[in-house]
Amino acid sequence: MKARYACGSSEHLMARRQFLGTLAGGAVVGGLGALTNPAVAGQIQSNQMRVVVLYLAGGVSQLESWDPKPKTDTGGPFRAIPTSVPGVHISELLPKTATHMDKLALVRSINTKNNDHGKGSYQMQYGRSQMPGTEYPHLGAVCARALERADNPLPGHIRVPGGSRGSDAAYLGPQYASVGMNGKPPANSERAGSLTEAADKLRNDFRRQANDRFSLQRRTASTDLYTQSYEQALQLMERREVFDVTKESEADMDRYGRFDLGQHCLMARRLLENGIPFVQVQHSNYDTHNENFNFHFEQLGEFDQAFSTLVGDLHDRGMLETTLVVVMSEFGRTPKINARYGRDHWGSAWSVCLGGAKIQPGAVIGKTNENGTKVIDREVEHGDLFHTYLSAVGLDSGGAFDIGGREQPMADPSHAPITELLT
Amino acid sequence: MALDVTKTHVLHEWKYGKPMIACRYEPQGRFLFSSSEDYSLQRWNAESGEKIAWEAHDSWVRDFAFLPDGETVISAGCDDRIIFWPTAAEKPEPKVEVAAHKGWVRCVDVNGDGSLIASGGNDRLVKLWSPDGKLVKELAGHERDVYSVFFHPDGRFLLSGDLDGKVHQWEVATGKLARTFEAKDLHSYNGGQGVHYGGIRDITLSADKKTLAMTGLHKASNPLGAVNEPLNYLFDWESGKEVRKQPADGIKGIGTNIDFLSDGTELVASGGSGGGYLLFFKAGEEKHFHNLKLKDTVRGMSVHPDGLRVATTHYDGHIRISKMTEKAA
Repeated sequence: MKARYACGSSEHLMARRQFLGTLAGGAVVGGLGALTNPAVAGQIQSNQMRVVVLYLAGGVSQLESWDPKPKTDTGGPFRAIPTSVPGVHISELLPKTATHMDKLALVRSINTKNNDHGKGSYQMQYGRSQMPGTEYPHLGAVCARALERADNPLPGHIRVPGGSRGSDAAYLGPQYASVGMNGKPPANSERAGSLTEAADKLRNDFRRQANDRFSLQRRTASTDLYTQSYEQALQLMERREVFDVTKESEADMDRYGRFDLGQHCLMARRLLENGIPFVQVQHSNYDTHNENFNFHFEQLGEFDQAFSTLVGDLHDRGMLETTLVVVMSEFGRTPKINARYGRDHWGSAWSVCLGGAKIQPGAVIGKTNENGTKVIDREVEHGDLFHTYLSAVGLDSGGAFDIGGREQPMADPSHAPITELLT
Repeated sequence: MALDVTKTHVLHEWKYGKPMIACRYEPQGRFLFSSSEDYSLQRWNAESGEKIAWEAHDSWVRDFAFLPDGETVISAGCDDRIIFWPTAAEKPEPKVEVAAHKGWVRCVDVNGDGSLIASGGNDRLVKLWSPDGKLVKELAGHERDVYSVFFHPDGRFLLSGDLDGKVHQWEVATGKLARTFEAKDLHSYNGGQGVHYGGIRDITLSADKKTLAMTGLHKASNPLGAVNEPLNYLFDWESGKEVRKQPADGIKGIGTNIDFLSDGTELVASGGSGGGYLLFFKAGEEKHFHNLKLKDTVRGMSVHPDGLRVATTHYDGHIRISKMTEKAA
């Protein structure tokens, strides 16, 4: 396949409609002086927007999280608790998060009209419904491309956990595809002891020469991926400690929780502090067809500790104004409780939580009916949410990428941002 | 008519109309108490099936226990509370309300002389209460949620089972942990799904006090999808050694309750993706020798004090009363 994505040249960094034009004018409040680590503070530019997504795989129950319906036929055993926003209640499974709701917002009126894991996952992460033969870039690839900084050589689209390179950047090109990390420096990222620095430089120079010559006539997406992978590997080697969560303090490890999600959220903070524009942390698994309440008690206990600590830290360090935080799944879960105390797939009336950047703190958008079976106010779809995420980090979500002379809309043109959710 | 479990049949289907959760017969055998997903409690006349229902807790009720004279029923709620009710009152009003645990109270039991009530919860604690609702002792040591509590009939020990498949034996007088029974197969951690699953769903002791029995599930290849099978563990009380495991091969479900019948038969209720069953085991054998498939999945079970009737609660909104004798002519 011939490479048709943006070449990365300065001309192509902006699309014709100058979608990045609004970024520089984005409202950014400083607060960087609050950073506890001056070295980190120095690396964060005041106008750099970032995104962190917590993806609750399998479909978290909106009734056990953001839109509880206690004492109704669908309510289940958990109660609702007040939050730091007067009048807004969330599930009692999220007591620590409840104290941060004045920094967050809820969208309680999502109808994605889909109950399939794969399709829902695509909808929420790519902002469109999957079409055969058509590829769109992941939210992370869009953000990596649109929010990248020339002075930061690190990959812009990180998945935690993970261990490989994703193929999720479509026409934006492989340099914006996700890189999986597990909280430690990538395997084999140290220069072999038997190889001197000088010898290493010589062999890399030689590789570049050979690549450049080959690319003059035979450049393809695949060869670009190889080239990009080598270059990025070199950059990773130089800054490998960025990916080493064990460099964080023992106290922070305790605060986030000594379990995978806790350490992954701490890793996310570390990556964001080092200027990486998009980090996605996955927590698995919420596909609770059986014993939904036991499993949500278990999973959301971890989530509440890790997520609330992350939100608190981003706020305390002055980063929340420039960091969009999103908690999403592929869908919600059925209001109806099944025979095994489970809830099944449900894309008709569910919720996401988001905050930071230009999201209006404390906002609640949309409403479901008394027992949560349908949306009764301000119905939105995945496309609207995707636009909203981009708008929240100062991008013109109606803009487009220039891909080999062809305009590729950043987000589904048939949708629009939820403007009342934005400041 | 004499007990003959091979002739067990459904005697009554009593409809409530909302998905049912737990049930327990009152010690005198007059009433059956049950709970349902509509946050109410029900009291059924054990003979006629007449019922009253009332809203009780701010959440679901997962277990009941009675003071020995049967005049006080204690409900264990997912709203942190245990509530003491007058069993036979026309309109039951709480006698005592106790904020017992932080989170769900999953289980409750009363000792033989009625001087102590034990509760276990999602806060991983076991607590002992006086009949007037005062905290007597707090027993810490479980590393995961406490699923079941059971007083040894001689009153000296309390047993508590948890999600990890561990049963702690506590000395009631001192609160010291005497020993731990490990039913390892009743717990699993699924790394792919990131969940702990299983637990000691119920504990009982044989009439001769020689065999400690517990039930739950194993073969949990897909916890989130309800792919698992019931499993019992039997331990020799004196030595503490495992005597045998009793799987119910091919039945997809969870052992929710276990009890010994007067002839020594173990009766286990199983509910899950394979439907509802009453399973009958002999303590000396590995496989169940008889089962009765019920019309809908089972969520709770209680044996009547006459030892011949067994009540089960069902998702389809019914109580089913099965009789473990030959059918009346």
